[in-house]
Amino acid sequence: MAQYIFYALSIVTILSALYVVFAKSPMYSVIAMIVCFFSIAGHYVLLNAQFLAIVHIIVYAGAIMVLFLFVVMLLNLNQEPDKSHGKLLRVAAAISGGMLFLVLLLSLNTSETGTFILPEKSDIGMVEHVGKKLFNEYVLPFEISSVLLLSAIIGSVVLAKKES
Amino acid sequence: MEWLPLIDKSVLILIIFLISLGIAAYSTYAERKVAAFLQDRIGPNRAGPFGLLQPIADGVKMFMKEEIIPSAADKFLFMLGPCIFMMTALMTSAVIPWGKPLDIGGYQMNLQVADINIGVLYIVATASVGVYGIMLGGWASNNKFSLLGAVRASSQMISYELAMGLSIIGVLLISNSLSLSDIVKGQEGFHWNIIYQPLGFLIFLICAFAECNRAPFDLAECETELVGGYHTEYSSMKLGMFLFAEYVNMFISSALIVCLFFGGYNFPGIDNLDLPQNIASIISVVIFFAKTFFFIFFFMWIRWTIPRFRYDQLMKLGWQILLPLSIFNVVATAAWLTFVK
Repeated sequence: MAQYIFYALSIVTILSALYVVFAKSPMYSVIAMIVCFFSIAGHYVLLNAQFLAIVHIIVYAGAIMVLFLFVVMLLNLNQEPDKSHGKLLRVAAAISGGMLFLVLLLSLNTSETGTFILPEKSDIGMVEHVGKKLFNEYVLPFEISSVLLLSAIIGSVVLAKKES
Repeated sequence: MEWLPLIDKSVLILIIFLISLGIAAYSTYAERKVAAFLQDRIGPNRAGPFGLLQPIADGVKMFMKEEIIPSAADKFLFMLGPCIFMMTALMTSAVIPWGKPLDIGGYQMNLQVADINIGVLYIVATASVGVYGIMLGGWASNNKFSLLGAVRASSQMISYELAMGLSIIGVLLISNSLSLSDIVKGQEGFHWNIIYQPLGFLIFLICAFAECNRAPFDLAECETELVGGYHTEYSSMKLGMFLFAEYVNMFISSALIVCLFFGGYNFPGIDNLDLPQNIASIISVVIFFAKTFFFIFFFMWIRWTIPRFRYDQLMKLGWQILLPLSIFNVVATAAWLTFVK
């Protein structure tokens, strides 16, 4: 049963990810990306990581994509397709994209392969487990990233205040 | 026996689905009756005895109306908007514990569709996804009033989600769990969370009003400024879906308030009565719905009592008053639990 769900989810994930790139309208790209996030959350649930799945939906689908949608909606990118891409820009984009692909390929090449079997009753993604890890072992990175986010919030408020 | 849980859950989902729609339908009737009562009028009284068939008449009217899709609209997204809004409204009901388990021939039937250990986060997630229905609907209409209404509604919902999420944390700290069934079990007898979390309750209540786009926070469909808000271009049953989903949201929010703060299906002395399990279960469901109906009435009471906020007042209330208050509530609860208890 879980295997069929995995295949269905994987197909949806890959197809929606491809649609993000190939869709003509940016609005549909954003929606395809939301679908993609949901199917990834489904993968998390299959791995018994309910907490990660739901946080993934809250943060990515619920907050970040709403912001994307706002920007796309208000800019109305549909009306005038941007034709300002010069040849140089295209070459640069191709090179940097190719480099990224190469790096990903190499890192995957050296990584461990084989069949990983998840323990039957794994609680690795449950909220208690994640919380304990986060506030014991990883408390310093956690605090530093929260300070980083706070400074980003304050920075954006300062920038917004300056203009008005 | 392997299929039994599946059948059990399917039946439960179907029943909850029908009950949600039924209650939402009769909420429209109740709203008009309550409005009439508060304004010293009679209210709907033509269709059936006391106008009880009014929701059915309204539904038929909605279906019979002409369906108009603006020619410049994005047809697919225009259809998708109300669907998402309705779906997310109904989805939240999956984690609500409606009563004590029933005993059917030795099989324990849990009156909760999904007892997941992250129930509260699931609610926050569905609430945040509900914004898409409004945004897509408003944008796809290709109308500036719709777009403005959609932007307003979604920024309002996003702003109030923060304070709502933070106001629940106090409850989570007290009940030590993210699962709604555990939260309700922890409030047995009269240990309702409202006693320990009055501020959290107040913030949650205000945010629930804003999340449902109900008066006094119904700026999204502010008729005097925006014609009809995000559903200006909608007609027939698609409009009906938007309006109907609002009532479903109201019902589910009331149920949530009851679960989180008013003891869910518990009432003082339920265990002293020593009733058979099934009867106790049915009584607990009745208790739960009675409390929920009170909050639905409360929603209506507020709507016909308090005038609409202005947009800047709404944002100010959300960001400058409710958010700091909810953070204070979290800190105060945590301090109380660490030092006093």
